Amino acid sequence: MSKFLEVTNLNVTFPTEDGDVHASNEVTYSVGLGETLAIVGESGSGKSVSNLAVMGLHNPARTKITGSAILNLPEGPVDLISASTETVRRLRGKAMSMIFQDPMSALHPFFSIGDQIAEAWHLYNKGSKQDGIKKAIEMLELVGIPDPSSRVHDFPHQFSGGMRQRAMIAMALVNNPSLLIADEPTTALDVTVQSQILSLLKDLQRELNMAIILITHDLGVVAEVADRICVMYGGRIVEDGTVDDIFYRPEHPYTLGLLNSVPRISSGESHRLRAIPGQPPSLISLPSGCAFQPRCEYSSKVSSGACNTSVPSLSDKGSGHLSRCHLDTVDLNNLVKDKA
Amino acid sequence: MLSYVTRRLLYTVILLAIVSLTIFFIFDLIPVDPARLVCSKQCTPSLVEGNRHRLGLDVSVLEQWWRFIVGLFAGRTFGEDGIAIHCAAPALGYSFSRHECVTKIVGEAFPFTFSLALGAFILWLTVGISLGVLSARKKGKFADRAASVFVLVGTSLPTFISGILVVLFIVLKFNLVNPLELGNWHSPWTDPFGWLQTFFFPCATLALAYAATYTRFTRSNVIETSSEDFIRTARAKGLSEKVILRKHTLRAALAPIVTIAGLDFAGLLGGAIITEGIFGLNGLGKLSIKAVTQTYDLPIIVATTLIASAFVLIMNLIVDIAYAFIDPRVRTS
Repeated sequence: MSKFLEVTNLNVTFPTEDGDVHASNEVTYSVGLGETLAIVGESGSGKSVSNLAVMGLHNPARTKITGSAILNLPEGPVDLISASTETVRRLRGKAMSMIFQDPMSALHPFFSIGDQIAEAWHLYNKGSKQDGIKKAIEMLELVGIPDPSSRVHDFPHQFSGGMRQRAMIAMALVNNPSLLIADEPTTALDVTVQSQILSLLKDLQRELNMAIILITHDLGVVAEVADRICVMYGGRIVEDGTVDDIFYRPEHPYTLGLLNSVPRISSGESHRLRAIPGQPPSLISLPSGCAFQPRCEYSSKVSSGACNTSVPSLSDKGSGHLSRCHLDTVDLNNLVKDKA
Repeated sequence: MLSYVTRRLLYTVILLAIVSLTIFFIFDLIPVDPARLVCSKQCTPSLVEGNRHRLGLDVSVLEQWWRFIVGLFAGRTFGEDGIAIHCAAPALGYSFSRHECVTKIVGEAFPFTFSLALGAFILWLTVGISLGVLSARKKGKFADRAASVFVLVGTSLPTFISGILVVLFIVLKFNLVNPLELGNWHSPWTDPFGWLQTFFFPCATLALAYAATYTRFTRSNVIETSSEDFIRTARAKGLSEKVILRKHTLRAALAPIVTIAGLDFAGLLGGAIITEGIFGLNGLGKLSIKAVTQTYDLPIIVATTLIASAFVLIMNLIVDIAYAFIDPRVRTS
């Protein structure tokens, strides 16, 4: 069965004077209606870049994109990468929407919240100006803005950060999109507001049966809302599995490192947080083998030095749990145990 | 909003008072004695004293200033007895060298200056903004390069050179304007073609440098705004590039231009000395430069200085109020 969005072998390259920046390499993922896919990785791991490519938001003059991103619409599949810019534009806001990290700067400072939501609605619906504002009020109500009929005329600077992100969500959902890409939607918000926004997204997903792609570097966020997780490193997906797979049976040393660097209250025993040593790789000159190899504490354990020479393939470690590592599961588990 | 406007209005009035008072003090400090200048070769102290009294310079600066302010609102009588001359409100003073009320002199010069300033303003805004937007959209392409050549020429060519070139070629060589007609006043209402003949080339000359600056400013603002997050949001909504540019980008990119355009325009309303001089337009600029360098006609100098600063202050007020309408963040704070 095909999922709503299927991204296959997506490569995004930015040619620069210093060389090509390979921001996204052979990225493959899919997400179905009603499902939440989380894409986790540190800054510069290619998580936003891949999804901006799906939305067609890269400047075509400065970006090389190959691969495919099939949107399985009721009226037939569309490849967002090979389709014309006009075709993709007409899907934006309607079939797929995106919300961004910083709600402070993502709303136009000169237009009222209501006008900005109504503008998105008018794009795909016929109706008077009042109809647009009425729809905006309805959407603000849906995302939990108190007293929406008076707040609809407010300007972005009169809203708090959390309210602005709610307004962004209202704007993104006004045309009932089937796919919502949320690019670090809670990073700029404080913790209590974060969980409100996340549960709002979850509720709306249930109500509207949307596919959600949640881009984040926050593993706490992921655990709360995701069904499936892709971990990205150096522009590649290094691990792909269910939430339980990733949190309880991590297969990739990078994922392990990420989990070790997050404090856990539940574990009871106290241990030091272990940061991953080293720096993320330059996307202009990726290491020849595994991109994580220079920082990986287990790479020396791989016989024949394959980590240095060949990029491991994304292989199934059992029931759809994919990992891009030369070590097999048993060896990795033994090594981890030895270390502990 | 209303209290904002009232407050700004009050500030402007206070500032105008301070500025005018300062002008009176400055001219008091300048070591040129107008009373001595107007008396002929046989200058006796008593003659100078008499002149000083007639010119109204025998009282303190504060008193002079106060008489001026009263005259602005109530009109003013200069001289005494048989030779008393009354200038109706708003009286800006009396020019003893031209034997006319300054208000009348300024009133005759102002249409020239206003026509020149307004014509140039419209030209440079149209050219500057459209070229700026064009080169921002075609960044790095031929149109952008061509525009940057224009910017280079426009900013590096002083008006006294471009103006002279225009006079040399367009007026004298190709006779597009009759040289004898140069600088003649034609009312734009009754003789629009004549008005255009007089003002088109001076306006274009004056507009050139401004248009170049505005092209560069618009270009960089549009490019900068295009990379704002809210433009990405507009694109993510599914808006077409045309709507994004017209509605979202330009609105934010051109807002700062309102400020500088208002002030540049106000500056020109005080008189464009070089352009008026080259094209023989009897505007405020030519009037004041003549008053300073040839006759040292103090009442005219004071009046034109004051008018120029008043225009800047008033335009500042207008810009501030306009900005509150453009940018909602200003309105509420």
